[in-house]
Amino acid sequence: MLRQGLTRLAAAALRVQEVASCQQVQAQAPVTWGRLAMATNSHDIFNVHRHSPDNNLDTPFDFTEANYELVTELLSRYPTNYRQSAVIPLLDMAQKQNQGWLSLSAMNKCAEVLGMPPIRVYEVATFYTMFNRSKIGKYHVMVCGTTPCMLCGSRKIHAALRDHLGIDFGETTKDGMFTLGEMECMGACVNAPMIAVADYTRGVEGFSYGYFEDLTPQDAVSIVEDLRSGKSPVKGSQYRSKAEPAGNVGTGKWVPVPQNLTQTLTFEASGGKPPGPRCRDLDFEAPKDPPAGPPNAKTGSNKPV
Amino acid sequence: MLRGQHRSLQRLSQSLRPFTSSSSAAQQAQAQAPAEPAQRTSFGGLKDEDRIFTNLYGQGDPFIKGAMARGDWHRTKDLVLKGADWVIDQMKKSNLRGRGGAGFPSGLKWSFMPKASDGRPSYVVVNADESEPGTCKDREIMRHDPHKLVEGCLIAGTGMRARAAYIYIRGEYVNERIALERAVAEAYQKGFIGKNACGTGMDFDVIVHYGAGAYICGEETALLESLEGKTGKPRLKPPFPANVGLYGCPSTVTNVETVAVAPTILRRGPEWFSSFGRKNNHGTKLFCISGHVNRPCTVEEEMSISLKELIERHCGGVRGGWDNLLAVIPGGSSVPLLPQRICNDVLMDFDALKEAQSGLGTAAVIVMDKSTDVIDAIARLSYFYKHESCGQCTPCREGAPWLYDMMQRMRKGDARLEEIDMLWEVTKQIEGHTICALGDAAAWPVQGLIRHFRPEMEDRIEKASERIAATV
Repeated sequence: MLRQGLTRLAAAALRVQEVASCQQVQAQAPVTWGRLAMATNSHDIFNVHRHSPDNNLDTPFDFTEANYELVTELLSRYPTNYRQSAVIPLLDMAQKQNQGWLSLSAMNKCAEVLGMPPIRVYEVATFYTMFNRSKIGKYHVMVCGTTPCMLCGSRKIHAALRDHLGIDFGETTKDGMFTLGEMECMGACVNAPMIAVADYTRGVEGFSYGYFEDLTPQDAVSIVEDLRSGKSPVKGSQYRSKAEPAGNVGTGKWVPVPQNLTQTLTFEASGGKPPGPRCRDLDFEAPKDPPAGPPNAKTGSNKPV
Repeated sequence: MLRGQHRSLQRLSQSLRPFTSSSSAAQQAQAQAPAEPAQRTSFGGLKDEDRIFTNLYGQGDPFIKGAMARGDWHRTKDLVLKGADWVIDQMKKSNLRGRGGAGFPSGLKWSFMPKASDGRPSYVVVNADESEPGTCKDREIMRHDPHKLVEGCLIAGTGMRARAAYIYIRGEYVNERIALERAVAEAYQKGFIGKNACGTGMDFDVIVHYGAGAYICGEETALLESLEGKTGKPRLKPPFPANVGLYGCPSTVTNVETVAVAPTILRRGPEWFSSFGRKNNHGTKLFCISGHVNRPCTVEEEMSISLKELIERHCGGVRGGWDNLLAVIPGGSSVPLLPQRICNDVLMDFDALKEAQSGLGTAAVIVMDKSTDVIDAIARLSYFYKHESCGQCTPCREGAPWLYDMMQRMRKGDARLEEIDMLWEVTKQIEGHTICALGDAAAWPVQGLIRHFRPEMEDRIEKASERIAATV
């Protein structure tokens, strides 16, 4: 019991040390690719802003002309007295323009554009997990690790990527190409396991956020390699079209199922095509309706007496 | 005094919460439906001509041409011109229960919106923040049938007398958002929405908004907060969104699937829709089956289909055969799991699964075969809730990490037998003591595990202590 308690204490102390050292590193060294550049997402570690040479109040940031036009369009979607509504799309745009992370000055700029107190913007930027508040690699590779993906082998995907890239969650490769992260359920559970790759290098216009689904560990590695060599790997499921019943990768390799077993959406009755518009006679039906209202208390029916 | 007041407020908010009030409300809605000629006892095997989502797998063109050929935007003008009361009445008759998880009767929910405006506009808010682990049905709608959703917004807007619809889509669904935005632009271009929508004289806007990765924003009031540009922390109810919602105006938050099925229900008639499924659980539903099955897929089926038939018919069965089944989470991660003996004959609908001490939730079926370490699987869910708790209410903020820590020890067997009861007690301390249902959702999977797999947990603890005893 005592031993357990001590171990936990020691672990906690170690964590505190880690966080402290990480902050030091952030404060001293401007660009530290590799194992020490830990903080990628607000949720990965305890992430507090400390001024550093490349992230302080004087770091230049401004939206480009083209993006200011998008900002105007964005603001037109919300009531004029609720400009604050646009804060998430605006931060997202700033992040895309700023190579995938939000500097202090980027957040301040958003606050200025929206006319809201900077602290409200910081709150939002730290609350939502898709905002990175320190530099990330060219490609942000995120492994979904929640139970449906875990059941289908996401841990093997994680291990394969970790071994291949030599980095773990929250770390960036030395060449600055990849940052590995873990995300909670990405909503592609039928196509589990999956990774998502965000490419922030091409600004707002060229931004892409691709889901790669139905993966085996080898597929994950080859996707990463393709990205490294400048190719664009196939997005979506690696083995089937979409979410139709076709097979599974749960055992680490794709096990297809014969197509003739498919029963849904074959449209045999309508000649292989989805049936066209179907509508009852809206006007004819109207007089037959019993009047709306609570059922008659005595008879228990809703027919007029 | 203050504390007592707060507690009574909370009790009130709980009693009005969809989870607890759904059955009586459903009965009320049911009372207005025509009596069924004969009780059906077997369900399932939906035919293609009765499917609402005919482009679920993206075989056809998802955009305007394909959508209109499949029947979207057909006679929408006539439906809108029938008026708000007609829409609500038809929705009530269809017995559609909300597809977002709680299963609250949709027609009734829509009818809570004010009939006459007090100067404030009303809003439809569509919850497309689909983040419940196991759930990926709305994604298929938004990328392959987005016009169903856009048309549904107009219909729901008619029923609620709303001025605009905000669709809140999760940040990770970038490609789905692009598809949806394209569909909205097409609908504007065709004059289906916007000024004088469909030529009805009604002005209606559809705006796509997006989040940035927070599960909690799937909770309706957290979603509204997020849409207003704040952190997604749920609001205390009352006031309910139907009175004070988005921007302080009357709003109703509904799930994508609920909205997307509405036009088809109105076109084909509520009787058609309510001819599927058991009493109080009518209609068709998208099921997403993931995990250890031979063909994981998303499929539209009749409500009340048996779980076994759903898996055997559409997913090619459990990997290694039905006898290899260990457990199933029938409705997304938040509901308690069911062991195999219950899975044998349970029906997939709200009431049957509630009787089995679980829930239909979003109908996201997560299948685990006997190779699964079920304690590990639930521990991973506890990690999810620990990660996603917004930190507003103490029981959830502190309790969810505690659950995860204890589950980690349970996974290794590094615990004492009494601690299983302690774990149960912790879940009971969280459940019902938080503003939103995330606390309950964190507690239920662990409760389900203890309820059905306690012998496995005890076994693991005993084996671990034997191992330790042998080494000392």
